[in-house]
Amino acid sequence: MNIFNLLTEIEKADPEVYGRLDSRRAVFKHFGGFGKKLAVAAVPLAFGSMLNKAYGQTATRSVMEVLQFALLLENLEAEFYKQAAATSLFPAAPAKMAFETIRDHEVAHVAFLRSAITGASGTPTNYTANSFDFSAKGNLPNTFTDYGTMLAVAQAFEDTGVRAYKGQAQFLISNNAVLEAALQIHSIEARHAAHIRRMRRDLASSPANQKPWITLKDRGGLPALVQPIYDGEEITTQAGVNIATGSVSANAASEAFDEPLDTAQVTAIVTPFLR
Amino acid sequence: MAKNTNPQETQAGLTKKVTSPIQRRSFLKYAGVGAALSTLFIMGCDNDDDMNNMPGDGVNLGSGDVGILNYAYALEQLEAAFYTQVVAATAFNTTFSNAMERMILTDIRDHEVAHREFFKAAITSAAPNDIIPGLTPDFSAVNFNDRNAVLATAKTFEDLGVAAYNGAGKLLTSATFLTLAGKIVSVEARHAAEIRDIISNGTFASGPEINNMGMDRALMPRDVLAAAQPFIKEKINFSNLPTT
Repeated sequence: MNIFNLLTEIEKADPEVYGRLDSRRAVFKHFGGFGKKLAVAAVPLAFGSMLNKAYGQTATRSVMEVLQFALLLENLEAEFYKQAAATSLFPAAPAKMAFETIRDHEVAHVAFLRSAITGASGTPTNYTANSFDFSAKGNLPNTFTDYGTMLAVAQAFEDTGVRAYKGQAQFLISNNAVLEAALQIHSIEARHAAHIRRMRRDLASSPANQKPWITLKDRGGLPALVQPIYDGEEITTQAGVNIATGSVSANAASEAFDEPLDTAQVTAIVTPFLR
Repeated sequence: MAKNTNPQETQAGLTKKVTSPIQRRSFLKYAGVGAALSTLFIMGCDNDDDMNNMPGDGVNLGSGDVGILNYAYALEQLEAAFYTQVVAATAFNTTFSNAMERMILTDIRDHEVAHREFFKAAITSAAPNDIIPGLTPDFSAVNFNDRNAVLATAKTFEDLGVAAYNGAGKLLTSATFLTLAGKIVSVEARHAAEIRDIISNGTFASGPEINNMGMDRALMPRDVLAAAQPFIKEKINFSNLPTT
């Protein structure tokens, strides 16, 4: 494979390809991580990542935009858990305590993001309970009156949060401090997701074998409107490597890797919850 | 090159070793031959593309993004070997009498094996001369017939894995690898939460591992490996890993 022939071909279709790649120098830098002798097999991987950089959202997504986007998502969650934890739907004290724990984390994430935005000379957007519509335009009228629905919405938000942070991480690669903080929040959202899934498993009406992880694109008995939160999770190939091989089933292969959602996908998912 | 001469490398991986003691013994017969050959190969190698497996140097993870991938591969080998041994224990069904818990532990085993095999294939593809060999686990301190001991060790590994990936993200230069690490770390966090909830329901994100900003730990390789090294027979050399 001749990388520069490929670039020449792409240039025919897109004369600005080098502009998108920042510079020819950046092209070489992209292959720098592998040492002096670049393995031929590594070219497709590195080339793919380079094209992602050129045609993905990299060029148009600043650290500030990521912080503001995360702030919206954390406010959505924080306001949800504030109202949810205040209901009397919980069958037992530990369930209520779990929601309070998660609420406190989401409120802390909001505070952190606001300070990070302010620290970077930005102005954090203000949100209140009135910023959000937890009935999703009337599709979920029982969010705070039916325990099963409340858990379902919680799971939808947590699984979305995990995928959203994962999709944004790439845009923070130039800022170590913000990247690390985002990753530290990302894994907490995954812990929340696992526990909410466990709480749903404990329900009498639980779907069979409800697990802490996402199997294929199974939405776990949730309403069809949340399917976009799970679409794409079913893949069993990572960076060209077939994961569903040997003793690893397709189910396990899909569960072993959570998948990112891009900005547009996340926006489409949360828009029904915005006033 | 050197990787073919290391006796560990010829094994199919930790899983096989743990479950096939007889095969392990027969393969040990060849270890002496391998050690002699490796001296020859190292003498004939270029000076900088076979840093791994130098005698006395331990297993060298290497540098750059590939070094970080090797670091992740080492941790995934450890986790996969651990859960393989948990599930393979003859008393597994009585140590874990709850079918759901057995399903959870079996799922986690499969996920960790998937992670291990992914890194093995990805590193072999990207940098075939730099992949570390299969490591030899040391679980002599773990009683696999003791439910509490198994769960406590699982909690240690999962929380450590989460902190390791969180701390390694900033050390990567490739956005592709960063996203791949992100795909794995959230699954490790799901494992951590579930294991903690099995130990004590409601502890999914509590304790000293979570700070007062509601954030998980992020640990540097030296701190992670200080905790992991007692479970690995080979000395892991991380001196060439990036630090920023």
